[in-house]
Amino acid sequence: MLLERAAYPSDVSGRITRAEAAHVARLARLRFRDEELDELAAQLSAVLDHAADVEALDVTDIEPTSHPHPLVNVMRADEVRASLERDEVLAQAPSVDSGQFRVPPILGEAP
Amino acid sequence: MSPAATGREQALAEGWELVVGLEVHVELSTATKLFCGCANRFGDEPNTNVCPVCLGLPGSLPVPNATAVSFAMRLGRALGCEVQGAVFARKNYFYPDMPKDYQISQYDQPTSIDGRLELVDGHTVGIERAHIEEDTGKTTHIGGGGRIHDADYALVDYNRAGVPLVEIVSRPDIRTAEQARSYVRELRAVLLAVGVSDARMEEGSMRVDANVSVRPAGADELRTRCEIKNLSSLRSLGRAIVYEAQRHVELWTSGERPRQETRHWDEARGRTTPGRSKEDAEDYRYFQDPDLVPLAPEADTVAAIDAALPPLPAARRAELIAVGGVGAADAAVLVERNQDRLVRAAVAAGADPAVTATRVVNDLATDNWSRVTPDGLAALVAMETAGQLTATQAKQVLAEMAEAGGAPDEIARRRGFEAMAGDDLAAVLEEVIADNPDAWDRYRAGDETERKKLAGFLTGQVMRATKGKADGAAINRLLEQHADQ
Amino acid sequence: MSALALAAAVKSGERSAAAVVEEHLDRIAERDGEIGAFNLVLAAEARADAARIDSALARGEPVGPLAGVPVALKDNLCTRGVPTTCSSRMLEGWHPPYDATVVQRLRAAGAVVVGKTNLDEFAMGSSTENSAFGPTRNPHDTSRVPGGSSGGSAAAVAARFAPLALGSDTGGSIRQPAALCGVVGLKPTYGRVSRYGLVAFASSLDQIGPIAATVADAAACYEAISGHDPLDSTSIDSPRELVTASLERGVDGLRVGVLAELCAGSTRVEGAAGSAVEGVAADVIARVDTAAAALEAAGASISVVSAPSAVLGLSAYYLIAPAEASSNLARYDGVRYGLRVDAANAAEMNVNTRTAGFGAEVKRRIMLGTYALSAGYYDAFYGKALRVRTLMRREFAAAYADVDVLLGPTTPTTAFELGAKTADPLLMYLNDVCTIPANLTGHPAVSVPFGSGDDGLPVGVQLMGPALSEPILLRAAAVLEQAAPSGGGAR
Ligand SMILES: [Mg+2]
Ligand SMILES: [Zn+2]
Repeated sequence: MLLERAAYPSDVSGRITRAEAAHVARLARLRFRDEELDELAAQLSAVLDHAADVEALDVTDIEPTSHPHPLVNVMRADEVRASLERDEVLAQAPSVDSGQFRVPPILGEAP
Repeated sequence: MSPAATGREQALAEGWELVVGLEVHVELSTATKLFCGCANRFGDEPNTNVCPVCLGLPGSLPVPNATAVSFAMRLGRALGCEVQGAVFARKNYFYPDMPKDYQISQYDQPTSIDGRLELVDGHTVGIERAHIEEDTGKTTHIGGGGRIHDADYALVDYNRAGVPLVEIVSRPDIRTAEQARSYVRELRAVLLAVGVSDARMEEGSMRVDANVSVRPAGADELRTRCEIKNLSSLRSLGRAIVYEAQRHVELWTSGERPRQETRHWDEARGRTTPGRSKEDAEDYRYFQDPDLVPLAPEADTVAAIDAALPPLPAARRAELIAVGGVGAADAAVLVERNQDRLVRAAVAAGADPAVTATRVVNDLATDNWSRVTPDGLAALVAMETAGQLTATQAKQVLAEMAEAGGAPDEIARRRGFEAMAGDDLAAVLEEVIADNPDAWDRYRAGDETERKKLAGFLTGQVMRATKGKADGAAINRLLEQHADQ
Repeated sequence: MSALALAAAVKSGERSAAAVVEEHLDRIAERDGEIGAFNLVLAAEARADAARIDSALARGEPVGPLAGVPVALKDNLCTRGVPTTCSSRMLEGWHPPYDATVVQRLRAAGAVVVGKTNLDEFAMGSSTENSAFGPTRNPHDTSRVPGGSSGGSAAAVAARFAPLALGSDTGGSIRQPAALCGVVGLKPTYGRVSRYGLVAFASSLDQIGPIAATVADAAACYEAISGHDPLDSTSIDSPRELVTASLERGVDGLRVGVLAELCAGSTRVEGAAGSAVEGVAADVIARVDTAAAALEAAGASISVVSAPSAVLGLSAYYLIAPAEASSNLARYDGVRYGLRVDAANAAEMNVNTRTAGFGAEVKRRIMLGTYALSAGYYDAFYGKALRVRTLMRREFAAAYADVDVLLGPTTPTTAFELGAKTADPLLMYLNDVCTIPANLTGHPAVSVPFGSGDDGLPVGVQLMGPALSEPILLRAAAVLEQAAPSGGGAR
């Protein structure tokens, strides 16, 4: 149902190439077959084509709004609150060892 | 010669200049984590200080810790920074020790910018920024001798995840390895002075990365730099910088060029090794964290922070030196150990500055000395300068003052360190001369070397006769007086 | 019976909470096989909660304004010890160790949770077809979608499985299914209802709100769940107004603006609305015109108001929401909870887990959002979308200087057939074109059933207002509810 081939209008720009889609997939830690990548590239291109109205807008003198409600300085007091029971936390984990979360070997270093 | 073969730091090859900037991550000593109420505590059982927020559970939301924010602002002001409105941003990358797979940090609007740090030698290093961010959990690599690349699996403990950090980024103003160490020492002194971190490198509450590059001496270009990680001591920091700089010089002079990369310091082998290169260039996709609202410190908040700032190490060193009689090196040590106030108070109570500084620098414990009062210290120094206590005795009395408290005259009396009056000492010396006429004659006739040798012997005899109560300096004076008669 | 009538009956002793809960569980057992509103029915827990309320009443203890009222929770709201799946394989079997703030508040008000409702996976969709557990069907016509992403909650209320449900609304996910199912849906002002415990889709847009059969029930539920929460930094810390008290005050003197950009073809919008959104059906626009007339008849003044940037909303939304989602959904990595598909190293394990655990629409939005945030594209897309948001806030603020509320359609059409739009993501996205402006501005909006379309299926009209205008919006909604043409109501 979900990734089935859709009939796209022939004027979809193809702004995103298969290689770009593959790069984005790596960043997002997702894997796709080549056909899936092509379809995604087409679908994302269609959405970006639709967003051409936004892209084309001259908004240089307009501030960005990251947040709908203009609040500032929301903070909490530095007071200790109860933590969770470790057993309850680890019961949800796919793999546990010695009170810790177990994962396959990590190849890269943290950035 | 390969740089690895040189154990000691040495100057860079002629014609090259070292350019270093440091990034220092400091854990703030708050009661709780940055965005949740879990205890910020080192050494607990794994995964016991965790909650939905610091585990990044679905649906959880961060709320900033007011104390962490005010600590960060206080530190910023202590580093002479402008403290400004700030925004939390997400730094997106995957890593198992990061519960949300993004780190909440500050990006284009950090809390503190444009500061400076004055080192003990007077050199000033610019501070580019100091921003607030959350720490990651701790990963342990199991199997393969603990080496990350050969491990069988890894274990993750999230107790540290979400602990508040300030990352202090210096400008590339550091020119020698010694300066780099001095910068870290000075930064640590500032952190301790303002009381926002315990800043222990060995426990990881202060972590240093070094950006190292070289350039022809006198140039002002910035060449390719490498970021050196895993520097767990000041010694490692110095060695790693020297190694890396020499590696760069060798590359440049042989017509190659260093690659911009992250490298790791291997303390055992004394060299840096390239970090595993990533498939994709880092693209952190920073954007403002929509779960958090901006920090907008008001002018009076910053004014209140300024008003509450304690005197900082550089100022304290200057004040101590201004007393007269205390050298720059001693002043630096005293401030670093937080013992400068004690010395100044003792001097104010009448003690000799030079003797006081020497006694405290050389003979006072660095960790447990709170029982020593300025008046007690002043009294001790007075006894020593009056010749009522020998230097050795004074050290012992000071040690006991630190350990158990008490007045120096009482301690001296209890230990039997009664004052040995000058007349008594002269009498003992005359007895010793009478008992050792040969030695005395050779002393009087001898050249400088001979005199020194025999003075040692005669002093030993006096010490034996007085059971160590005599002051060596006083004996020497008496010997010289007698010999001249 | 409405939620408030049930609560009154329970409190007066006319009915027991146990009997009320049983009646609803029976109805669920009877018909949810056909509708598929629930991912999980909490029969035993609901019976235990009802019994607790009944014994509290017997002891004369206070039981709260929603005593004994069954509620259905969208399955992206965390419930302690009770599976919370977001209709995703990724979270199948996950038992959160905590309750969402809204869940705590509903329980404190005496409501009884009867189950967790189906949704588009992680709330991404407009038809509840993107669920790992199968689609929900519209109780008015089971060949049609209930709308989405809160389709399970809207269908549950429409099928009378529960008089009240909670949904979440990121781009219309409460109002759109409410409209298609012929029930009331309120998206409160951003920050009015705590998001703590709502599994995030797009944090700057998400807002929890009530779905109910009547405006008064929606108002009572809103009253129970709204208000400041120290666990949500974006929560508004201002006194809560009692919306139920003013509900009957009517609209005499109220200034209502017909939003031109959403109402091409309206008899009130003259000439060619050059920059109106396309695709809003004539029968839907006709209902909006009738609604305007009804408000006018009740004493409101009607004018036509323009906010040109409203037409940019869809584009901006489909850059901002996926961008935030791509980051919010990074945490599903197979390490701490939920699905893991193992591999030789941690990074590959992440990839395997995410590739297997997420459905196609979620992956598509993660891809889109990752792209929009990535180096080189941020300024052109995400950065610009944020500025469009500012433009919209300005224009809507200007509009609200002239009128108290805005009126328009909730959805372009009535409920469509299952499968009709699944092949073309963009076509599906167009369903949100009328609801998105309120999410981008953070303003409240409510959808009220208002008769039916040419196909006999429910039509919803939408009232929008400035921040914290819920009391006025609900007053106007109550007037529309009274004036609504017959048909299209709950069945
Ligand atoms: Mg950092
Ligand atoms: Zn925590």
